Amino acid sequence: MNLTLKIWRQKGPNDKGQMVDYKVTDISEHMSFLEMMDVLNEQLVAKDEEPVAFDHDCREGICGMCSMYINGEAHGPDRGITTCQLHMRMFKDGETITIEPFRANAFPVIKDLVVDRMAFERIQQAGGFISVNTSGNTQDANAIPISKHAADDAMDAATCIGCGACVATCKNSSAMLFVSAKVSQYALLPQGQVEATDRVLNMVKQMDEEGFGNCTNTGACEVECPKGISLENIARMNREYLAASLKG
Amino acid sequence: MSGFLSSSLARKYAMALSAFFLIFFLLMHVTINLLSVCSENAFNVASHFMGTNPLIQFAMQPILIIGVVFHFVMGFVLELKNKKAQGVKYFKDNGAANSTWMSRNMIYSGLAILAFIVLHFIDFWIPELKYKYVDVLPEDPNRYFHELQHKFENPLRVGAYIIAFVFLALHLLHGFQSAFQSMGLNNKYTKGFEKGAKAYAIVIPLLFIFIALFHHFNH
Ligand code: SF4
Ligand code: FES
Repeated sequence: MNLTLKIWRQKGPNDKGQMVDYKVTDISEHMSFLEMMDVLNEQLVAKDEEPVAFDHDCREGICGMCSMYINGEAHGPDRGITTCQLHMRMFKDGETITIEPFRANAFPVIKDLVVDRMAFERIQQAGGFISVNTSGNTQDANAIPISKHAADDAMDAATCIGCGACVATCKNSSAMLFVSAKVSQYALLPQGQVEATDRVLNMVKQMDEEGFGNCTNTGACEVECPKGISLENIARMNREYLAASLKG
Repeated sequence: MSGFLSSSLARKYAMALSAFFLIFFLLMHVTINLLSVCSENAFNVASHFMGTNPLIQFAMQPILIIGVVFHFVMGFVLELKNKKAQGVKYFKDNGAANSTWMSRNMIYSGLAILAFIVLHFIDFWIPELKYKYVDVLPEDPNRYFHELQHKFENPLRVGAYIIAFVFLALHLLHGFQSAFQSMGLNNKYTKGFEKGAKAYAIVIPLLFIFIALFHHFNH
């Protein structure tokens, strides 16, 4: 396959940045999108040009690092995948592909396609945990009875990899899907109950402070989420927050 | 914005609750308007009651106005805040791939409805206030039906009404079921709400359109 790539290039956080056109040739349709990017970077290095900076780590859909907005969609045109799981067979020979960083004020660009997602870490630190004393006498988790439904839903919520595609795709740059997944995974389990009130209040407060937008229920996040995190989690967080606010 | 409305979720509840209130008002409004199709007398009686009952006039009407103004102002505030949160725009953004046109353009359908409400005020409300409080004309319990018929003689006005109600349907198609989601009502037991909300979003504006056309062609 021969392709034209329109890629966002930005030297650093304070650079204005711009779209730059590149040609890549002899791309196999079996390659992953990141492998295609590797080919491009090798070509650039061979020409003594600066390679395109992009985030990646596991390359198997579990770390959530590979943030790219491809042809107007977070992680590109396929569903239920991250960019590293996107295959070149999803594109046509001769196609022009636009590649941009995830956009949101709360995700500032560091360089080219690399963005700073520390805002997610700070939201997690505000309440995405349970305080358990692990000094040797930890109770076996299986000793606590949990209904199958609750366990399944908590597990589904816990599959969120913090990739930020929900924010990137949201016209409001809202982080509700991410935060609601993190709130839900504990809210559904008995271990999460003790800190439930503070957790949801603090995590939402941190989310707002980070400058994420207001959710208007467009549902785009659910469609683009590589892990299929459901909008039901947002509804659950809305209930949790309402109850927590009334309780104080 | 301070206090309760300083949190994004509080704003979400406020938007949803004012929406529920306005949706309930629409149901009441369409019910009274439908009377005009069935019986001139019934419509006059209902309108006379609504126009003269002190509870409706001095309690419900101000609440309604506050509800409308609040929903609009909050809509604009949210739109501005969200624009700010997004920062740099995408070079290419394919919103249609993951969300409906209605959900992405609530501000525009909302603006169209706002324009209609202004027209509606000029058409019905201001003449009504003038009749009652400026000219202080004697109350005539039989005037309402003819006033209504007279308004719908003009095809331009009927056309504007139809366009406005199409926008109302688009706004409600996303807005009504979205309000349930905002209040946390979305799980495997509540799927019926979503269907009911979509049916409401289509049926109510269609009834308003039907009433306008009915009076345009039957006078
Ligand atoms: S909810 Fe989905 S899209 Fe959002 S951060 Fe988690 S995995 Fe990524
Ligand atoms: S590189 Fe880890 S999810 Fe893509």
